[in-house]
Amino acid sequence: MRHTITITVENEFGVLSRVVGLFSGRGFNIDSLSVAETMESSISRMTIVTRGDDQIIEQIIKQLNKLVNVIKVIDLDEGEYIDREMILVKMNANEKNKPELLRLTEIFRGKIVDVTQTTYTIELTGDDGKIKAALELLQPLGIREITRTGKVAMQRGSGNNG
Amino acid sequence: MKLTGAEILIECLKREGVETIFGYPGGVVLNVYDVLYNSDLKHVLVRHEQAAVHAADGYARATGRVGVALVTSGPGATNTVTGLATAYMDSVPMVVISGQVPTGLIGNDAFQEADIVGITRPCTKHNFLVKDVKDLARIMREAFYLAATGRPGPVLVDLPKDVVVSSTKFEYPETVSLVGYNPTIEGHTGQIKKALKAILAAKKPVIYAGGGVVLSDASEEMTTFARKLKLPVTMTLMGLGCFPGSDDLSLGMLGMHGTYRANLAVTECDLLIALGARFDDRVTGKVDEFAPRAKVIHVDIDPTSISKNVKVDIPIVGDLKAVLTRALDMLKEEDLSSREKDLAPWEAEINEWKARHMLGYEQSDEVIKPQYVVEKLREITGGDCIISTEVGQNQMWAAQFFELDKPRCWLTSGGLGTMGYGFPAAIGAQVAFPDKTIIDIAGDGSIQMNSQELATVVQYNLPVKIAILNNRFLGMVRQWQELFYGKRYSHTVMDNAPDFVKLAEAYGALGLRAEKPAEVAEVIKKALAHDGPVVMDFIVDREEGVYPMVPAGAAISKMLLA
Repeated sequence: MRHTITITVENEFGVLSRVVGLFSGRGFNIDSLSVAETMESSISRMTIVTRGDDQIIEQIIKQLNKLVNVIKVIDLDEGEYIDREMILVKMNANEKNKPELLRLTEIFRGKIVDVTQTTYTIELTGDDGKIKAALELLQPLGIREITRTGKVAMQRGSGNNG
Repeated sequence: MKLTGAEILIECLKREGVETIFGYPGGVVLNVYDVLYNSDLKHVLVRHEQAAVHAADGYARATGRVGVALVTSGPGATNTVTGLATAYMDSVPMVVISGQVPTGLIGNDAFQEADIVGITRPCTKHNFLVKDVKDLARIMREAFYLAATGRPGPVLVDLPKDVVVSSTKFEYPETVSLVGYNPTIEGHTGQIKKALKAILAAKKPVIYAGGGVVLSDASEEMTTFARKLKLPVTMTLMGLGCFPGSDDLSLGMLGMHGTYRANLAVTECDLLIALGARFDDRVTGKVDEFAPRAKVIHVDIDPTSISKNVKVDIPIVGDLKAVLTRALDMLKEEDLSSREKDLAPWEAEINEWKARHMLGYEQSDEVIKPQYVVEKLREITGGDCIISTEVGQNQMWAAQFFELDKPRCWLTSGGLGTMGYGFPAAIGAQVAFPDKTIIDIAGDGSIQMNSQELATVVQYNLPVKIAILNNRFLGMVRQWQELFYGKRYSHTVMDNAPDFVKLAEAYGALGLRAEKPAEVAEVIKKALAHDGPVVMDFIVDREEGVYPMVPAGAAISKMLLA
């Protein structure tokens, strides 16, 4: 089962490598990873999407907690959470598909952020389902290049887990 | 007053109560060695950095204090990796200080540069690269704190040359503040209560005690606990000595080369009480058939150990000493008078297994049996010594036939299984206890992995005794080839070993040899009487095997008995 885990870490030299090394060294999977500073520059927050049965997820959480630079680990799938990913898609654009590209961008509430004679670059944000649906519809129109941020997520409600 | 990084380093070691370090100098640590030149900190010069780390490890296991090693950058640092991995697997408190090229050259493939922080990340509890001399004192404080607390482990501190040379005001932090590190010491009261209830209700309980009991210095509490509740105790390789092997409740070691009664008791028990043990595959064999009828209690300071390999019914995260002290307190109100009677049928069942098969071997008048050497060592020393072992058959025979009654007298690489560990570890223990008898039970293969340290023991007149069980084979691998590979002894024949007596003499140590069983006792007595390092070369039965043996991946109840 897929789990989204958020990890608060000390923003120290090598910390990303410690987290990633733990996953590779113990044979855990990383489906996506995103990391950046929080409001405090000494603290960073990571969102990792991983897979495994209950026992593996339990081990992942415990092993992450064991890292000295890790301050807090939350398995978001234990409650309600919001997750978003942003993608940039560079599309082949021609007279024939331009109207459809514009239409799809609007439907998915995206933006065209770069235009050339032969390309449109679309920015899209959404959860897993929306991104997947958008890509399925864009694919037949000619995707030239794609980059994704990986998922970021946080718990719903008023709690502060940063 | 300002101090240089090198001076600060040595000052920090003193503040941590370090008396001895094991090391090997080199380019980027010259300034540190210069400070050592007229320091009262004792430095033992080894002949290979791997031995420095194993010696620090042996020192730590024998004393319970943090062992310290100091090495230079590049190859000096990479040579510590096996020692760090060994200590990491067995949770040994240790601080290794490695030199590093100047910060400005890091990443430039400088002479003797290695990314040792990157290399050792997965085999240390934590590691540090000191980038500014102002951070050095704090980092040293944190390194020792991390090494010794919680589940202990090795910590590496990488010190670039420019940090060592530059100066700052020295202030040793009073306290340590690590936001992400808060080991749980006290166990959860409700869980302890639940565990005691399960223990009092069990008809066939067994304690499965591991190295954690030794690490938390909880042997006394555990012994009291087991005796009070009449709980039979089996120990892992790492746990040996945490409960008296001579006690009636002792079942001996369990697992791949465990005793018949220990493996059957675990298979048949209705309650398994795991104390500071981690359900290693050498212990469990086939996991699905390990303690299949048992409810499992697991006390461990490391939450990741719990429910990692075997599902646990009553987990307790905490320090064993604290948890057992608490449990003993709670037991004060219990009426335990009927324990003996209640558990009599279980005791009878265990005794039946004991009667059916005991550890043993076939004695011979012609050829020395390796087990006989170990038994004689035990008999002649009266057990009053520290035993280190190498890895393989020698280690298993030592575990089986050298009955231990006390903790911290047993230095063996359990998790990583590092050949070449025993001799340098013995050096560490001997430095800690100059007057104690320290014996390395070795094989002819393992001893050759660090035999250069004979120079070290001679230089410092460390009277370490090495007992080589010389079968001119890599015995344990040969045994597997005999049993599972149709006796095809592929590259396990060690016919070109040196003459170990002459080797000892070449270094200036005493060399002795026994070729007949009748000579064994005499050689041991001579070695023990000699005030200096001794190599005993016992020419043993070439194809003797270690039994019982559970084939890899089989249930531990399925033992080959001979």
